[in-house]
Amino acid sequence: MPNIRVEYFAILREHVGQTSEELQTNAKTVAQLFDELDGRYQFPKMVNLKVAINDEFGEWNSALTDGDSVVFIPPVAGG
Amino acid sequence: MKSFEFSGCSLDLDQLREKLFDPAAGAYVGFEGWVRDHNEGRQVQRLEYEAYEELGAKEGERIVEDAKSRFGVTEARCVHRTGQLEIGDLAVWVGVSSPHRDEAFAACRYIIDQVKHRVPIWKKEQYVDGDSGWINCERCDAGAPAIDIYPDIKAVDDRK
Repeated sequence: MPNIRVEYFAILREHVGQTSEELQTNAKTVAQLFDELDGRYQFPKMVNLKVAINDEFGEWNSALTDGDSVVFIPPVAGG
Repeated sequence: MKSFEFSGCSLDLDQLREKLFDPAAGAYVGFEGWVRDHNEGRQVQRLEYEAYEELGAKEGERIVEDAKSRFGVTEARCVHRTGQLEIGDLAVWVGVSSPHRDEAFAACRYIIDQVKHRVPIWKKEQYVDGDSGWINCERCDAGAPAIDIYPDIKAVDDRK
């Protein structure tokens, strides 16, 4: 099972109660990983959630590989 | 000099502006975003910015570099605050220098609009009534920002 690091920001960080975690998962894609974590944490519902893999924007159907770092990006609000 | 940066402490505008000076530049346009005391009918007491800095810095640099080549300006830069801010504090600064003013205005507008919608920064407002909340940008629901609202730089080329 690949070992994945997940980082949480803003509303997700507060919801989960931690800034990051390392976990082993059977998830093959980022979307599957999100579903797995959503089952555990019941994330707040958000439209237009984006994802980053290894500090670059990624796709939900991107394959996970061992050592990947994943960030779920809630709708942004800079400025 | 990085074209986009986050800063955890207050910004020195004179110092930022000075770095854009260029003998070939006849125009400087600066944008300052300030913390406002109200939003969507609620009284705001202070706010907090949190950024995903590793990705945010890269995306911010892409925006500024894109603006420089798109509008042909001499120099451009953006700095965004993180951490706790009070009413009236400077939250974000964009500065652009260029030979003429039109492209400087256009590039400045482009940068702040793109930054607001593409850079992973989140804003938590603390309200006077004790409540608080993370703000989602208004256009997120509509998907990608509408690039075509920016006039093609060729359209303003008649200034010379």
